[in-house]
Amino acid sequence: MAHHSIYIVLFANTVKAGTILLFPTIGEIFAERAGILNLGVEGMMLIGAFVGFVVAYTTKNPYMGFLAGVLAGGFASLIHAFISITLRGNQIVSGLALTIFGGGFTTFYGQKWINMTLTHTLTPVKIPMLSSIPYIGMIFFNQDLIVYLSYIVVFVMWFILYKTRLGLNLRAVGENAKAANAMGISVYKVRYGWTFFGGLLAGAGGAYLTTAYAPFWLDGITAGRGWIAIALVIFAMWDPVKALVGAYLFGGINALQFQLQATGTTIPSAILNMLPYIGTFIVIIISSIIVKTRHIKPPKELGIPYIREEK
Amino acid sequence: MDEVILETRNITKVFPETIANKDISFKLRKGEIHALLGENGAGKTTLMNILYGIYLPTSGDILIKGKKVIIKNPLDAIRLGIGMIHQHFMLVDTLTVLENIILGLKEYGFVIDKKAVKKRLKEIENLYSLKVEPDVKVWQTAVGEQQKIEIIKVLFRGADILILDEPTAVLTPQETQSLFKILRKMKEDGKSIIFITHKLEEVMQIADTITVLRKGRLIKTLPKSETTKSQLAELMVGKTQTLDFSRKRPKSNEEILKIENLTVHSDKSLKSLKGVSLSVFKGEILGIAGISGNGQKELVQTVVGLKKAVQGKVVFNGIDITNKPPRYIAQAGINYIPADRLAMGVAPNLSTIDNAIMRRYYRFPLSKRGIMNYRKALAYTMMMAKAYKIKLDNPFAPIKLLSGGNMQKLILAREILENPKLLIASYPTRGLDIASTQFFRQKLIDIANKGKTIILVSEDLDEVLSLSDRIAVMYEGRIVGILNAKEADKNRLGLMMAGVKT
Repeated sequence: MAHHSIYIVLFANTVKAGTILLFPTIGEIFAERAGILNLGVEGMMLIGAFVGFVVAYTTKNPYMGFLAGVLAGGFASLIHAFISITLRGNQIVSGLALTIFGGGFTTFYGQKWINMTLTHTLTPVKIPMLSSIPYIGMIFFNQDLIVYLSYIVVFVMWFILYKTRLGLNLRAVGENAKAANAMGISVYKVRYGWTFFGGLLAGAGGAYLTTAYAPFWLDGITAGRGWIAIALVIFAMWDPVKALVGAYLFGGINALQFQLQATGTTIPSAILNMLPYIGTFIVIIISSIIVKTRHIKPPKELGIPYIREEK
Repeated sequence: MDEVILETRNITKVFPETIANKDISFKLRKGEIHALLGENGAGKTTLMNILYGIYLPTSGDILIKGKKVIIKNPLDAIRLGIGMIHQHFMLVDTLTVLENIILGLKEYGFVIDKKAVKKRLKEIENLYSLKVEPDVKVWQTAVGEQQKIEIIKVLFRGADILILDEPTAVLTPQETQSLFKILRKMKEDGKSIIFITHKLEEVMQIADTITVLRKGRLIKTLPKSETTKSQLAELMVGKTQTLDFSRKRPKSNEEILKIENLTVHSDKSLKSLKGVSLSVFKGEILGIAGISGNGQKELVQTVVGLKKAVQGKVVFNGIDITNKPPRYIAQAGINYIPADRLAMGVAPNLSTIDNAIMRRYYRFPLSKRGIMNYRKALAYTMMMAKAYKIKLDNPFAPIKLLSGGNMQKLILAREILENPKLLIASYPTRGLDIASTQFFRQKLIDIANKGKTIILVSEDLDEVLSLSDRIAVMYEGRIVGILNAKEADKNRLGLMMAGVKT
């Protein structure tokens, strides 16, 4: 039993660590589906993580903190939306700028918060019935409310994407903005909306990190997770359900790394810390090959500004 | 029939460099098919884009059923009952036919009610005999099918004013006739149709009223019953010109190009050429007809070395050139005018000079030990412009600023000045106005009369018929027949292009 419980802890932690990646990956999938490439995920996550931490610390309410972090991420994304949609600027440059801004902002204002720890963090809430399923119950249904929220987000977003008018408009705008516009859809509104949504979810990933997974503040606490999320978008082939698989895969690497360090291992910690990034390389290589052979393509208008009156 | 449903008053549209429409006032009556006739660049599409809310007019008014309206975007147009079928279809390839049809519509619920959509589709099918497969992806459908989807889209939005922009450009003659049948049925149902075209034949067949535009101005509106093709042609072009397409070249049995059992894969790794064999004789013009996408592009690109053959052989002048690099093939004497000017013919952001010397920049005297001599390059470009009547204001400016006709002339000059033994011209006159088209056709005849061999790929059957000695028809990656030009006619070619055995 003791042997089993190690694995249950590992997998439960996988879900937690995966949730940090799942939110921003879903968000970026929807922004990219609308044609907006936002490389500012890392920056938005940092802002979400920092604001979430500060609000949770001062209100002593982790849920308030989480909510504040979500909104902070959303507002940060509007910078990118304004530059790339309204001003039709270069999305790569704008996204990178947002990442650098997020880093600078949180480093500057975060100084006096470094190494502070939350006294009130998100606590697990057992779901009756489901949590008593052997193994599965302890792994998936003995988590905090935000993890449950992420399950709902995956399902709801999948449904919206493929079954509703909202999703149809979104897919059309990302594939052929001109055709969508000719059918009376406002390309600008769709793009603003989904870029904002992407920001909210990036903020959610960051805030979940500092209010539940690692309830303290460190400079650059997201440690490249925003970039991993962008890689996961390709791995997921712009599909929310596949994003879940990818996020948990990387969550697993994180959890494993953590567990190995905690149990004391002969592998140097520098090597362990490298794991997620080496994993990113491998995943990108594998998914690029799959994408190539299956003729799955990124949204056609990804990164291309839309200009209505063109001549 | 007398009720005016749509009217424009003094519509003017000014773009930064040009005036696309000037003081255009015209009336569309209920239940009529109104042809808008004019050359490329006459301002037809601009005017229609104004009606559909894609452009805003610089000045002037639009009236619908006598009421002044402002159409700011396509949504306004749709609400006013205007539907437009664009020349380049406005379809999202990766979505299904059904999804494309209801895109932007709110009637079918937040969660899309596919059953209701299919029911409505059935109604339309019964009414207009317009049948489509709702659940396939648009990229899997043929061009004729895509036009049906566009028409259904417009009907779904309850439009009673239909604008069709050059709808027959991509259709076979048979598909055109079935489109006309649908349009006549719509007319009977009281819908009003604006039909944009530059094809006189079609105007005489389908239109009730004809409005001719030239250089952005409305020249005349007249009922079909009171006009003739030659009058319309004159109104359209301004002046008429006769052409000498007579052949002054002897027949030859010398095989200059021999293609044997050529098989090529397309970009989607589907077989796009399925064992094509073809002989081209010295001094002839061989026309290749077919709806675009039936393997013409792959055939030509494989011959000039831009695509790899997986099987088969290409022999030119006794040399095996199969899968040789493009420059090797060019130096062997094959030159090529690509189908898509801006994508393959020129580098749009480079200057006219850079584009003019692309075939020879690495040779003396344009370069010496790797150093370019731009003075010589400029002189060469100016010589080219003069000989081929290319209107060139500034040879240093990016070539994309030239008009389509001038750009195409430059490409032609560049290729011909290499003195090729075989010239392959893909859609050389596509999108050109009448004057440039005539210049081009005359040039092709001239060089053929000088003993050069030409392969002419075109979907314009009039062009293929009037220029070629022999015509090969392609369908689904195969050559389905080769006719002598004398025994070919449009109808027969059309059937072969549609895959019907004759």
